[in-house]
Formats: sequence, C-alpha cells, structure tokens
Amino acid sequence: MSKFYRYLNRPEGSSQDVSEDTGGLAVSRRGFLIGAAGAGFTLAFFRSGLSFAQPEDVVREGTFEPTIWYHIHPDGRIVVNIAEAEMGQHVGTALARIVADELEANWSKVELHHVDSDPKWGLMVTGGSWSVWQNFTPLSQAGAAGRQALIEEGARLLGVSPDQCQARNSEVIAGNQSISYGEIVQRGDLSRTYTEEELKQMPVKPATQRRLIGRESKALDIPGKTDGASRYGLDAKVEGMVYGRPLIPPTRYGATINSIDDSDAQSVKGYQQTITLDDPTGTVPGWAVVIADSFHAASQAAARIRVDWSAGDTADVSEQDILDHGVELIETPDKGSIMFPDEGVDDAFDGAGDVFQQDYITHTVLHFQMEPVNALAYEKDGTWEIHTGNQWQSLIIPVLAKALGVKEDKVVMRTYMLGGGFGRRLNGDYAVPAALASKQLGKPVKLVFTREDDTRFDSPRSASYQRLRMAFDGEGNPVGMEHHATAGWPTEVMAPFFMPKGANDQPFDPFSIQGAAHWYSVGPHRVRAISNDLANATFRPGWLRSVGSGWVNFALESFMDEAAHHAGKDPIDFRLALLKAEGRNAGEAPNSVGGASRQANVLRRVREISGWGENMPEGTGLGVATTYGQERNMPTWTACVARVHVDRNTGRVKLEKMTLVTDAGTVVHPDGARAQVEGAALWGASMALHEGTRFENGEPVARNLNTYTPMRIGDVPELEIEFVDSTETAVGLGEPATTVTGPAIANAIFAAVGVRLREIPITPEAVLNALKA
Amino acid sequence: MATEFELNGQAVTVDLEGDTPLLWALRDELDLTGTKYGCGIGMCGACTVLINGRATRSCITPVEDIAGATVTTIEGLDPNGQHPLQKAWVETQTPQCGYCQSGQIMQAAAMLKDFPEPTDEQINQAMGGNLCRCMAYVRIRKAIKMAAAEMNGAGDSQAETTGAAANE
Repeated sequence: MSKFYRYLNRPEGSSQDVSEDTGGLAVSRRGFLIGAAGAGFTLAFFRSGLSFAQPEDVVREGTFEPTIWYHIHPDGRIVVNIAEAEMGQHVGTALARIVADELEANWSKVELHHVDSDPKWGLMVTGGSWSVWQNFTPLSQAGAAGRQALIEEGARLLGVSPDQCQARNSEVIAGNQSISYGEIVQRGDLSRTYTEEELKQMPVKPATQRRLIGRESKALDIPGKTDGASRYGLDAKVEGMVYGRPLIPPTRYGATINSIDDSDAQSVKGYQQTITLDDPTGTVPGWAVVIADSFHAASQAAARIRVDWSAGDTADVSEQDILDHGVELIETPDKGSIMFPDEGVDDAFDGAGDVFQQDYITHTVLHFQMEPVNALAYEKDGTWEIHTGNQWQSLIIPVLAKALGVKEDKVVMRTYMLGGGFGRRLNGDYAVPAALASKQLGKPVKLVFTREDDTRFDSPRSASYQRLRMAFDGEGNPVGMEHHATAGWPTEVMAPFFMPKGANDQPFDPFSIQGAAHWYSVGPHRVRAISNDLANATFRPGWLRSVGSGWVNFALESFMDEAAHHAGKDPIDFRLALLKAEGRNAGEAPNSVGGASRQANVLRRVREISGWGENMPEGTGLGVATTYGQERNMPTWTACVARVHVDRNTGRVKLEKMTLVTDAGTVVHPDGARAQVEGAALWGASMALHEGTRFENGEPVARNLNTYTPMRIGDVPELEIEFVDSTETAVGLGEPATTVTGPAIANAIFAAVGVRLREIPITPEAVLNALKA
Repeated sequence: MATEFELNGQAVTVDLEGDTPLLWALRDELDLTGTKYGCGIGMCGACTVLINGRATRSCITPVEDIAGATVTTIEGLDPNGQHPLQKAWVETQTPQCGYCQSGQIMQAAAMLKDFPEPTDEQINQAMGGNLCRCMAYVRIRKAIKMAAAEMNGAGDSQAETTGAAANE
C-alpha cells in the first residue's frame, strides 16, 4: 500500500486509525527473495501470491515487488535502485544508507541507480517529505535479509557455522577468517526465499549498532554536480529532434486561437513552422508551438509571430479579486469542509469572556525552480519516450497516454536530475505539449520553456485568505478556537481522488489545510477549509514546498503570537501552556510518540539557545514560531526564533539570525538533513521578505528575476540549527523548516517595532505604512 | 556565420547566426551541457563562464562577440574536476539540486583571482548575481573560503578541519 493511500486513510486531523498496518510504516506483508541474475544476485520483495519455489524465474521475469530492490555484483558492488526523484535532497544516499547499514555493507561499494517509470512500480511520486519515513522499515528488512543470507552462505564457504560469523564492511568474518561479499557472490549460491513470517523475524539491528544511519557521509549525487557531468532534463538529446518553444495563451483555461501570422518569422534562419495543439486532455488549451532547428531560432521566431487569441473567462482576474472572493467564501458559513467534528465550538465562543480575531493574507508565490520546465518527447518502437525531470510520474502518465491516444504502458518517462523540484514537478503538465507536438510532427520534439514561459505556466502557490478566532475565559486562557482558510487547491484540480471528506461530508484538500490541526490544547476547535474556486479557475494552483503548511502556519503562528500578547503573556510561555500532550495531543506510536510534549521540547530548547528574553538594541526584536512541520500523521517538531532589525526610516527589515530546533526522530543522513533545514528555513524567510507576486489580468505579474526577487547570498542571516538526538521514527525534513520562519519573522518585527504585518511578503512599504498608522 | 574561439584549451569553430547566445552554442552545438539556462536575462548566473578569464553571462553574450576569445566552462575549469573550488564544493556538500552550481563555481573562480582572500562583503558583492534556489548559500560561502585557503597555500589540512562532513 502506498504512503499516499495510507495517508488518505488517515487525513490531517483525523483520529481514526489505519486498519491495515501500524500507522504507515510496515510494508512487510510479503516475503523476500534472492535470485541469481546475470553474474550477481538480485534481492527483492516477493509479490504476494507468487510461488516461492524459483527465485531465479521471478528475478528473470521481473515479477518481484519492484518498489525496493538491490543487486550485488561479483566484484562486490551493491547497486540500490531508487524510484524517488533526485532534486537536491540527496534522497538516494539516505535510502541506500538504510539498506547498507542493515546489510553491513562497505559504503564505498554502494552505488545508486535511478530508475525510469514503469507501470510495475505502482505509484511513483516524490513529495511531502515522505521518502525516508515511508521506506525506512522495508529498506531495513531488505538489508537484514541480505545480511542473513550472506552470513549463511559465507559460513558454508568458510566451513564454519553461521552463528560463528558476523558481517561487517562487506565481509563475513569468523575468527581470523573472512570472505568478501563479492567472493560469496562469485562462489556461493545465495538463492533463497524468506516467507513473510521469516522476514518479520529478521533481526533488524538496534539503533546502538548502526554504523551508517546517523553518521556523516558524502552524498553520492554531489560530485557530478560540481563538474558539469550531471544530466538534467534540459540536457536530454536525441538524434533528429527539433526544438519547440510554446506560445502560451493569455488565460490558463478557455483560450482559443483565431489566427497565427508567422510571416515575419519566415526570415529567421532555422525557423520551420508553427503548429497549433489539439489537446484532448485540456491541459494546454489554446497553445501553439514554434518549431525550429535550434532553441535560439525558435525563440527568435516566436518574438516575430503574432497570435490572435480569444481569451478565457479569467482574463481580467486580479490578485485582489481572488482575495476578495476568499473573504466572501469565509463569510458564507456553509462553504467549505469542516475538517473534524467540532462540537462545542459555538458554545465556547458564546460563553467566552473575550474573543480575539484576526485575518491574514499570503500572496502568490512562484516556484521559480532554477531549471525552467522542459521535455523531450518521441516515439520509438511503439513506445512514447518522455525525457524530463519529474516528481510524480504516476499522475501525468495517464494524461500523456490520453493526449497521445495510446495505452499507459506505451508511455515511459526517462529519469533525469531535477534542476529544482519544490513541488513544481509534481505536476507534469509541461510534458503534455511536448508529446502533442511530437505526435503531430512525427518526429522528436524538445520543448523548452523560457523563464517567462515557465513563470506564466507555473502552478504557483495560491494566494490565501484566513481568519482565526480564539475564545478566552476570564483569566486569559483559551477555551475555543476557529480557523477558516481559503486558497486555490492543487489537489482538487489535479488529484481530486486524494481528497478525504470532512465532518460535514464535504471533500477537502488535505495539503491545503495541513498545519491547522495543531497540537495546542485550546478547547473545542473548528477548522474550515475552503477551496477558492476563482483561484482554481484562473491558474492551476500548485503544491509548493510544504504546501498549505506554509500559508496556514503563517496565519496560525502569527495569530498565536497575537493571542499571547492579547492575553498579556510571553509568546513562548503562552504556547508551552497549551502544549499539554493530553487527549488527542498525547501522540501515539509509531509516528508521533510523545505528541505535544515533543513540540514543547523543541520550543523550550530554542528558547534556551536563542537569547530569548535578553535586552535587544533599538529596532531589534526576537520572534518565535513552532509547528509540527508537514503532517499531523508524520510530525516533524520544529521551532524557530528569528532576530530582525527594522529600519524605521526605510521600513527595511534586516533578518539577522534564525535559530531552529528540529525533532525529526531518527536522522539517517545528518549533513543532508542539515542542508534540508538550511534550505527550507531560507525558503520560508525568502517567501516572507523577498518573494511573492500578484495576479493581474489573469496572469502573474512577475515573470523573471527583474521583478521576482528571491533571497540572494547577501540576504542570508546567521543560521543556528540543532537536531534533537532521537531514535524515534524517522520523519520528513524537506519542508518543515519552511513553515516556521515566516511567522517567526513577522513576530520578530512586532517585537522590534510594535507593528503587526499580517500579509506576506512583508515589504518595506507595508512596514512604513504600519509604522505611520 | 563561422566564429572561431578557444574553448577549454582547444580551438573551435561554430557556424551559427552571430546573435546566437554563447550559452546555446555551448549546450546544443558543442555538447557542453554543464553550463545551464536559468533566466535568459543575465540575472541568475547559472550560465556563467569565463571569457578571457572574466566571469560572463553566456545567455546574453552573442557568439559573434567572442571571436578569438578564450572561453572556459565548468568542464574545462580543471582537467580532472579537482579545482580547489570543486573540491571544496564536495567537501562542504554544497550542491543540492546542483543546477546553479556550475555558474556559482565559475563566478567564484573569477572572484578569487580578484580577491584571493575574499571578505564576506566581497563574497556578497561578487556572488550576489548568482541565484541558488535551493538556498545553499551558507555552504557556498564556506566552500569559497575553504578553496581560497587552499589556493593561498594553507593547504588541505586547513580545508579538512573546516569541512562540513567527515569522510568515511
């Protein structure tokens, strides 16, 4: 069962249990096999229902469970297959080290093989910071089974009994004898199977005996990223290909082409033709593609081609329209999905001594991954090859098959390094026009988006509008809470089958409201998630690094800070008093052991090491925020204190330092984990202070770096990052730090100069206006 | 039109329209794909190469302008990919997605000629035009300082003691 489906069985905020396994970790419903293949042996999970008699047949026919498998060569090399996309998180290194640790492998002999798409993989998706969490247990079992087999066979070859042997560093050792894994593969017969029961009994090592997990190491993907050798989608080439550049209509949906005049382009050397796309999937309505011998020629020609479009209905929509619509939705009580039963909320507010309420806005954010989207498509021997970097092959292959009029098993996506993912490449829509153009022309087409094309066709993080309310008793203690959030919903638009239903039977996008199901004990709690249908109609909302946890926590953690001040309490003391780890916030095995007490722990720790409570220079302040990271069902306990200096004359906010404490359970690849927290923390800060755009006339205003201004090296604050030493379940790290830094910065601005900024990005103009008000 | 120049130590000729950006000449004609396309307006730095030793944005440099010039790309910075910057980039585990890093390294290589011991402010100035969307900036700064130390003769021992991750 895929992680995604497990997640759906237990959506954000739900207290219902997953019936099939223990909260999303165990996948060991199958046996394990080792079979000769070529000159080595393949080690893989068995598919249930297959005969255990002939592992060689299973390996030869490739009918083993494909999600996790590895191969040991006669020279001792251990090749671990990776179905996850590599986009900077060094995922292959982390996953391979889990196998290698249990296998007692010599790490220098371990190699990665990133696989292409294939129907046999089942769901193929890399996102949600799930990869390590999802794979830890099965990878450990796969390694342990291999170790046991190597010990058995090594013992036989050494003429000793297995219990005299131990495995270490790719050798089986008995006293002063030893035999390498390579030699065992050459001389021995590792073929065997383990039943599901035997696999469950497999001795997985205790944490104290780990030799790779949790230790420093170099990521295997890095050397090729320092000498130009790594291959990204944009580097893909094939004999006979032509270049294409899209001509993108003025609205995302509903546009049609009336006429195309390419007479001025005829003089461009290398220009071939312009084709209009007929897209049965509706992914790229009203598109044309300029075809040329080179990208430069296609681009030169595109500048000389005039297309007369009839725009769709959203040609006049602005950011303000989308936000105003959000307010209307929030003020219409029967709109949206109530995430979980909220009995008692209305009573709590009716009987409150005091009610505090605030609204928050986050503006449109572009992915702006460094490599603009692109795809090379062609047909070869009856199969369509799509060469591009992608995070969710399973989502786009059915669309590509429909676009091409072929069965899904006739589409294969070749794997490349991703020049940044951040969720943009979860949505593979950019491959569709390449495929359509190739089919129409009958030759390979490499479709390259310019940066401006990429930003116009981005699936941006939707603008959001949120309203939070808190009911207090007479002593300033919270007794009830409401959180109403509206934004464009990526999951509704692109993967509606992943939408669970709320307590009022209305579906909701779990990724667009995660963060709201917090671990504070505040009495009855209502969370209402509302899809902004105007946003959904104007653009294709995207999953962007941490998705809803980004905007939801900006509102929630800003609000918690305001509520603390409203109640006359220190913002950390106020939160700690609510992180009681009782009732549904007590946590449960395996994912959230300790519950809110672990969030309280990171919050106390960040207070200790950040200088909280110290006197600050004029115009300087500390702000705090804490979240459970990404998903309630997979909490990564995160706390941040930001220090800012605000220039009262210019309104400019200088981010001086961020201190972060993270409890992610077991950390597999510590330096990689730190890199993820560094990047995610700065992403959150960049969205709060440097980025953001707005929609005007149905399109994002910022198209390139002359107007879109992510954080640069000179803007980077001092970073102090600490992990809690833990052997609890390994959870995600790619996104959690993104969720805390924005609200911590806004709260620090309040601490520094006493003004509240309830809208991100926080611009100098907004700060100045607030100071004048 | 034919344009001749020296590329990574070898004489090359490309037959392209003179206004073709050097970036696409390198990538699509000369098969050197280590130099990357990011913004096309010279503001992200992913396309940075050395032209006569100066860091230059190849996406806005017409190929006709480099006739007779000496061009160095990431593939030619060191014959074995072991320039002190490249070693420091690995030692500090700087790259995440890696897409911008060719440009970062080429920009840094040019900077270290001007500022062999760069201050933080000099690094901010020289590297401010190079966007890293993964925001690996902390490590980029660290790697530059590590490489500078090696190039200034402090040697490997210095570099090793400041490394982010220990070798196994």
